[in-house]
Amino acid sequence: MEIASVLFCKRKNMSKVIRIKKGLDIPLLGEAEKILQQAPRADLYAVSPVDFHGLTPRLLVKEGDRVKAGTPLFYDKYHEDILFTSPVSGVFSLLVRGDKRRILELRIEPDATDDYIDFGVADLAAMSREEVRSLLLKSGMWPMIRQRPYSIIARTEIVPRSIFISCFSTAPLAADMDFLVKGEEDHFQKGLDVLSKLTDGKLYLGVHHQKTSSPAFLNAKNASVNHFSGPHPAGNVGIQIHHTEPINKGDVVWQVDVQDVITIGRLFVKGIHDATKVIALTGPEVLNPRYYRVTSGAQLASMVKGNIRIQKDVTPRFVSGDPLTGTKSSFNGFLGFYHSQVTVLPEGDQPELVGWIAPNLDKFSISRTFLSFLMPGKKYRHNTNIRSGERPFVVTGLYEKMLPMDILPMQLLKAIMINDIDKMEQLGIYEVAPEDFALCEYVCPSKIEIQSVIREGLDSMIREFS
Amino acid sequence: MKAILNIVEKVKPHFEKGGRFEKLHRSFEAFDTFLFVQGNVTSRGSHIRDAIDMKRTMFFVIIALVPALLFGMWNVGLQHYRAIGLEVTIFDQFLFGLVKVLPIIVVSYASGLAIEFLFATIRDHEVNEGFLVSGMLIPLIVPVTTPLWMVAVATIFAVIIGKEVFGGTGMNIVNPALLARAFLFFAYPSYLSGEVWIETTLLEGQQLVDGFSGATALAVLASGEGHLLPSVLDMFLGTIPGSIGETSTLAVLLGAIILVATGVGSLKIMASVVAGGLLMAGILNLVAVNEFMAIPPYYHLIMGGFAFGAVFMATDPVSATQTEKGKYIYGLLIGVITVLIRVVNPAYPEGMMLAILFMNVFAPLIDHYVMQANIKKRLRRYEKARAVA
Repeated sequence: MEIASVLFCKRKNMSKVIRIKKGLDIPLLGEAEKILQQAPRADLYAVSPVDFHGLTPRLLVKEGDRVKAGTPLFYDKYHEDILFTSPVSGVFSLLVRGDKRRILELRIEPDATDDYIDFGVADLAAMSREEVRSLLLKSGMWPMIRQRPYSIIARTEIVPRSIFISCFSTAPLAADMDFLVKGEEDHFQKGLDVLSKLTDGKLYLGVHHQKTSSPAFLNAKNASVNHFSGPHPAGNVGIQIHHTEPINKGDVVWQVDVQDVITIGRLFVKGIHDATKVIALTGPEVLNPRYYRVTSGAQLASMVKGNIRIQKDVTPRFVSGDPLTGTKSSFNGFLGFYHSQVTVLPEGDQPELVGWIAPNLDKFSISRTFLSFLMPGKKYRHNTNIRSGERPFVVTGLYEKMLPMDILPMQLLKAIMINDIDKMEQLGIYEVAPEDFALCEYVCPSKIEIQSVIREGLDSMIREFS
Repeated sequence: MKAILNIVEKVKPHFEKGGRFEKLHRSFEAFDTFLFVQGNVTSRGSHIRDAIDMKRTMFFVIIALVPALLFGMWNVGLQHYRAIGLEVTIFDQFLFGLVKVLPIIVVSYASGLAIEFLFATIRDHEVNEGFLVSGMLIPLIVPVTTPLWMVAVATIFAVIIGKEVFGGTGMNIVNPALLARAFLFFAYPSYLSGEVWIETTLLEGQQLVDGFSGATALAVLASGEGHLLPSVLDMFLGTIPGSIGETSTLAVLLGAIILVATGVGSLKIMASVVAGGLLMAGILNLVAVNEFMAIPPYYHLIMGGFAFGAVFMATDPVSATQTEKGKYIYGLLIGVITVLIRVVNPAYPEGMMLAILFMNVFAPLIDHYVMQANIKKRLRRYEKARAVA
């Protein structure tokens, strides 16, 4: 096997280790220290329909309405059973609209303490698949389940072939999931039990061969555990799916993030929508990068206030999520629905004299055209400068080094660019999500927005088959 | 830096919409981005980007060409003074070459960039960096005696017909620099063959030494005068007649090391071309019926434009195959065809140019088959899964 050699290993339950060779760990400054802090309650919370790709929201509440944690705020126009609920109790104070009156945010002024809607403690063993499904839909947890193909919220009418959960992240500065799951082991296991009811196939956990140590992952019940090693994107669930049970045409598989499995578990243990989660505050511009316990949708200010490096001529960029796939936010912006990480980067908005030939010890590149390659192990204060305008494809062979899948990246991208549906299908578009191509975008010398291209391709496929 | 930035900022409005030189804003932008890496930040997708860009990539190819360029300049002088039998210092030899070569470089860049800027303005896109390399390659693969107007015509032809008609850098089918060379070769054959490799314009009182030939190693072999072949060391070092930058295998090797070490050039292609060349030469050597076939296979690597073509021409990522597996086939066939043309076809002693152009045209076909293999593999996986279910 070229991409990953499969070896038998005696150390951990005789399970095989899938070694990912391709990819890259971008050396960034600002990894979170393993200290967990309770973030103060935020002044504002928000649920953003924009976090869910392709969603057309229909509101269920009006500005000024009181909501509880778990109150439905809106639903999907095209899948009316999928509800989106409030993470906190308080007053729905403001509806923020963007261009063409697109709904961007529903802002909620929180009460001092949360008042939850009681969904009732369920006896999972006695519940049918249909009952589990409807509880997840009713409580607003369904959107935590995403499906491939298309990388969208799971379609409710389809029973997935299998469900995948990646229990480690390799994204730059990503939160350590062993740390996130600490103290929540029972909820995590409960969540797995719930999910295993929803498929006839297997529930797969992907763990890191050396780094994962939490028994919640390694000894999980109702699931089969696959061991991986290697650089980013080995932690991406898409890569793990590709190397365990690749998606063929017609297959539907689901993916759920670890924190969301925990939240689902809590629903079945406590009967409430408890949207608290642990996030890693990371990045070169953070004074003390560490972990915070927050509630989903919290205003970033509650976490980053007083913890940002203040320098002349440098504006910080706030990213909800990791630096490769996160959403651009602001000091007063909000934590995204799927995110377990907030990253603060320096903006790279200062011009640089003949920067394209300068030796540049402080810039990272996988090409060895910067003298910085002489300093392996160095971590960088990476800024957001794009360096150049967009160019056509010129350099070849680079994306292949960043994508540990048996997929021809440039040919797939070209098929998407000319909207050739057949070619996209033949070249494996069902298996991919934009995040799997994030590193290709990072290294691209032509500065092509590759993740957007992949998203565009997936959207074309959705349109074609709906 | 601040001062320059201020000047740029001051003149910028004239080139923007509504400004006096609005039409020239693409040209202005090209110079602006040349002076400064702009303060443009990411807006969609990945928030951070690798510091490499097209300018830097192209610039490193030019750095890799510098050894061949400097050696070529010196060799032009060396060959000239040898031809007229004058003993002069290395510095004088280099100076002579510099004076002869520099105008060719200036003409190549001026004519090519003029077209690039013109098309960028007409089509309203950013000026692409591709020609930075082509502009340097063209002077290195022509004989020093090529008239300047011919260089200009060939460059303009190559940029327009080879590149712009397809949509500019990244869209071309064949390598523009090689197309320029091929254009010269077929349009002005008398200027590109025979005794053209050495500058032999004589000043008053000068005369050629007795028995001066000035033929390249390949021409010598093609005419069956193997005893006149230069020594292996001379051919490796490059102190032989030939196009300006192609003679020194050593200098090209230095360039190859720079390209591979920086990750800009594809070692896969370079190695495959060499392997293909050795393979074909080895086969011909086994069934040798004439002098050209009988030479040791490695001679092919150090004669003519083989090394230069393998390192700087075949590796052009746009005109080469774009799949990784395809690169092996592409390279291998270039090597094979080059030697085949050299040895078997008496009309063209230099096969490198034609072999690369030929394979440029076939590169998409190779990619097609690599792609089909990938598609079939996926299809088989699908059918296997369906059979189980």
